[in-house]
Amino acid sequence: MSTEYEMVVGLEVHSQLLTRTKLFCRCENRFGAPPNSLTCPVCLGHPGVLPVLNEEAVRLGIRLGLALECSIHHRSVFDRKHYFYPDLPKGYQISQFTYPLLTGGLLTVRSGEGTREVRIHRIHMEEDAGKNMHAGIRDASHVDLNRSGVPLLEIVSEPDIRTPEEAVDYLKKLRQILRSIGVSDGNMEEGSFRCDANVSLRPRGGSVFGTKVEIKNMNSFRFVHKALLFECDRQAQILDRGERVVSETRLFDSSTGRTLPMRSKEEALDYRYFPEPDLPPILLDPAWIEEERARLPELPQERVSRLSREFGIREEDAEALVLEEDLSRYFEEASEAIQEFAGKGGWPVEQGTLRLVNFLLSEVLREWNRKGAGILVGPLSAREVSHLVSMVVEEQISLNQAKDVYAVCVESLKSPREVVAEKNLFQESGDEALGGWIAEVMAENPGEVQSYREGKERVFGFLVGQVMKKSAGKANPQKVNRMLKEALSR
Amino acid sequence: MKLTKEQVLHVARLASLSLTDDEEEHFAGELSGILDYVETLNRLELPPPGIHVLEQSEEPTLLDPDTPRPSIRPEEALSNAPDHSGAFFRVPRILEEGR
Amino acid sequence: MSGLFTTLESFVKGRDERAFSIEEAVRHYLGRIEGLDSGLGAFLTVNPNAINRARQLDNRLARNPAHSPFYGYPIAIKDNMHVLGLPTTCASRMLANFRPLENATVVERLLKAGAVILGKTNMDEFAMGSSTENSAMGITRNPWDTERVPGGSSGGSAVAVSADLAPLSLGSDTGGSIRQPAAFCGVLGLKPTYGRVSRYGLVAFSSSLDQIGPFSRCAQDALELTVLVSGPDGRDMTVRDRDPQEMVREFDGSVRGMTIGIPEEFFGDGLDPEVAASLEQAREVWSAEGAVFKPIRLPSARFGVNVYYLIATSEAASNLSRYDGVRYGYRSLSSQTLKDMYQNARREGFGPEVKRRILLGTFALSAGYQDQYYRKAQQVQSLIREEFDRAFHEVDLVFAPTTPTPAFRFGEKLSDPLAMYLSDIYTISANLAGLPALSTPSWPTRSGLPVGAQLIGPSWSEGRLLRAARVLEEAVGFRTPPIAVQATGGKTL
Ligand SMILES: [Mg+2]
Ligand SMILES: [Zn+2]
Repeated sequence: MSTEYEMVVGLEVHSQLLTRTKLFCRCENRFGAPPNSLTCPVCLGHPGVLPVLNEEAVRLGIRLGLALECSIHHRSVFDRKHYFYPDLPKGYQISQFTYPLLTGGLLTVRSGEGTREVRIHRIHMEEDAGKNMHAGIRDASHVDLNRSGVPLLEIVSEPDIRTPEEAVDYLKKLRQILRSIGVSDGNMEEGSFRCDANVSLRPRGGSVFGTKVEIKNMNSFRFVHKALLFECDRQAQILDRGERVVSETRLFDSSTGRTLPMRSKEEALDYRYFPEPDLPPILLDPAWIEEERARLPELPQERVSRLSREFGIREEDAEALVLEEDLSRYFEEASEAIQEFAGKGGWPVEQGTLRLVNFLLSEVLREWNRKGAGILVGPLSAREVSHLVSMVVEEQISLNQAKDVYAVCVESLKSPREVVAEKNLFQESGDEALGGWIAEVMAENPGEVQSYREGKERVFGFLVGQVMKKSAGKANPQKVNRMLKEALSR
Repeated sequence: MKLTKEQVLHVARLASLSLTDDEEEHFAGELSGILDYVETLNRLELPPPGIHVLEQSEEPTLLDPDTPRPSIRPEEALSNAPDHSGAFFRVPRILEEGR
Repeated sequence: MSGLFTTLESFVKGRDERAFSIEEAVRHYLGRIEGLDSGLGAFLTVNPNAINRARQLDNRLARNPAHSPFYGYPIAIKDNMHVLGLPTTCASRMLANFRPLENATVVERLLKAGAVILGKTNMDEFAMGSSTENSAMGITRNPWDTERVPGGSSGGSAVAVSADLAPLSLGSDTGGSIRQPAAFCGVLGLKPTYGRVSRYGLVAFSSSLDQIGPFSRCAQDALELTVLVSGPDGRDMTVRDRDPQEMVREFDGSVRGMTIGIPEEFFGDGLDPEVAASLEQAREVWSAEGAVFKPIRLPSARFGVNVYYLIATSEAASNLSRYDGVRYGYRSLSSQTLKDMYQNARREGFGPEVKRRILLGTFALSAGYQDQYYRKAQQVQSLIREEFDRAFHEVDLVFAPTTPTPAFRFGEKLSDPLAMYLSDIYTISANLAGLPALSTPSWPTRSGLPVGAQLIGPSWSEGRLLRAARVLEEAVGFRTPPIAVQATGGKTL
């Protein structure tokens, strides 16, 4: 990326809602059903049908508005957006244009070492289109209308994003919020969380926006990052040549990592928005909004603050845990167990919590990404993992042993307790046993003892090795170090 | 307001209506006449527009509970279709992706 | 006349006294349709299942008493409302083969009450027109003078009741499409308050103006049918929850003490002198019965046609975007590309009036013109609404002509769309203001053409309108056109 330019990005996210039924008919809202099996005259756009607005979709809109601190409008209006396309049964999409449900709002994203506030411009309700299919069909396209009428919230940010990393963090945070409040499953592969980007460049520090290009078809966080980098380079080269960027819509091609212009349109689109006459203005009871406010669960950002406050962990660690909500719940449960073990073992809780966080964010997170949420239950439940961690704290096993044990547990579905016992891994930390072995080694190697006492500290390692050998590897190495030093200095 | 043939052509394209040359000419004349007639509205002093044609009441809107009802069978969905293939509606090849 | 019954009340009496069976009643009308309709063209489809249904109803009647006055009652439906088992064509080539997958709400309620659908009636294509000449399926003739139009767009439904091919029918009214043909054919036609009757299953023309209503021989029947089909169905969010019985209560009584407004704007230039004379006679009847007349002003009403042809066409252009030949409807075989598919389907599937309105509406909504046309029209619409609101602080009803002239001749206005549009000049304001309005027969012209008297009331005042209509109807009497009186003989039973 050329250093003299600053990237200006605004994101438009279309998020499908976790309703049971569609936005304007009561056909099921479900992915993966046989083609055209979830349709009715309404979502087929038959003559004579009328839309009936789904209460749950509005409720989920209100929840998102509360979570992002938007203005929730007590009165909003649906409009028709016209264009012809085979997956759009009525020839128009019912959307909101002039009076959306939500405006304003804020999302804080990570920006390098700091943070940046990205403003939300507006969020409106609309219906999804069906699906056109071309692959493997000769001379024709096929249309499946199961998705026709599925409720969407379109979340439009202000052009406040400045780097691909910020864009990805914005999307991750947004998705996290949508999931935590039960608005969407945020599944990018199934298309329930889709993102378009408006990208322009301007001289760094400038205040005037450059010509923006819209990028579509980025269906993973990685592709968003790639597409933005590519587009930034492309536009920078155009500007460096002294040419102008053309305002257009480009598609990201994941096989080449490039953005390509969409086939040019014969003419500019004119959507002819006008208020949907089949739906009266939507008037919300203010009491309903307050009810939803009271019912709203803890939001990700609140959770991060609480976890770091309550458990004394670093903010970054808390954020990493909260990125996966299940994992942060798991952490809380495990922390409670740690407190119990600390009480019994008489060691400081903080020490255990620190080890627990590190263990979760390395070992557990890795397995979780590999094997899914199944590893958070059963023999690998929060309590069991806490027990494993407390064995490390209590120096019964080493950290490396704990990692090995955990890996075995994941594969064998045995509890850490069982695996440690089977492998006979318990460290020997008892004063008596260690003292005995140390005494034996010192008696067997008087020359080395002598050399050490004369200042040749190199032989210390040899003596430790001998003690470990005598214990068949089970002696606690730190404790051996300490006790041997004491014995030699006597 | 006098509509040109080009304007009629543009509007026809927006509406996905193809017109013959004669029709373009004919509609240009006819629509101009109608527009001249409706033009009188532009001479009126008017209050600001309402938000919606259906300004009804101040009562909260009655919304529909999110309870599924059975869909129709795919055969029924396709029963009026001029062309289909398996359980899909069939259309001429779409060359232009996105919209 | 040769009928088995004339009103719903006499039907119920005959039915319950077993003076005739339901099958006989239905056969009577099917026979009249068979005998007369080839010369009138009111019906597009006659229901092949009507007799079967009548028999089933008779069988059930043998065991259980009828639960509704409409049990066994024959009725005709405009061909823009869905009846399962019959095509819904909207008199358009586009929908010539369309088979609905469910009943319209109004039809559902009729069937639940036990009514028998006789068939589907002709109309202007997609309800766009004022003469039923815009039907792709052929014209419908006015039974009072078969060289004249029946009015439109619900011409078929008006003719069906006028010529006694059906005792009652349903039509739809967007700018006068019930009242204007009712006036031309000499029957009563009612457009209810916007939001009274569910539009679910009515093929949309202009969503914010369309309303379904009855054609009848008398006010009482119109009331009963309106009550039956009114009220929320959970499928049309524009329907309001008003108790239909309110209409029944307000129907009782006379016009004594009623204040009826006469807007001077509706009685000026352009009103045919014979129509004016007939309406003067009507006014005297109401006066004599104790109504008080009061001049009022509705200055913005004269812009009604302008406003209407922007709002209705904008909504129509949008509503008709769904006809693309993908899921249903006409598709041209010659379409190789997607663009061809759209353009050919719409070029070959729609008639000229529909195209004209799609073009006008698309233009009125297009970028750069929307403020000047669509929005401007909406502003004037609110003005018209406010003027009516103000008027109804002073008067109980507004009295006006339904049409400027009696029925005109075929072809007379077809080549001049603006002249055709102006035949709706008196009916349009009620749609724009969402108000209930009806046309009831006044005295005919010297040459025997029907004249309609229009009454417009405040929202939800259908009962009051019908009460005033009944007073006039008692004075005028119901008249059946000669063509329909010359019986159809033998076919009856
Ligand atoms: Mg959108
Ligand atoms: Zn559906």
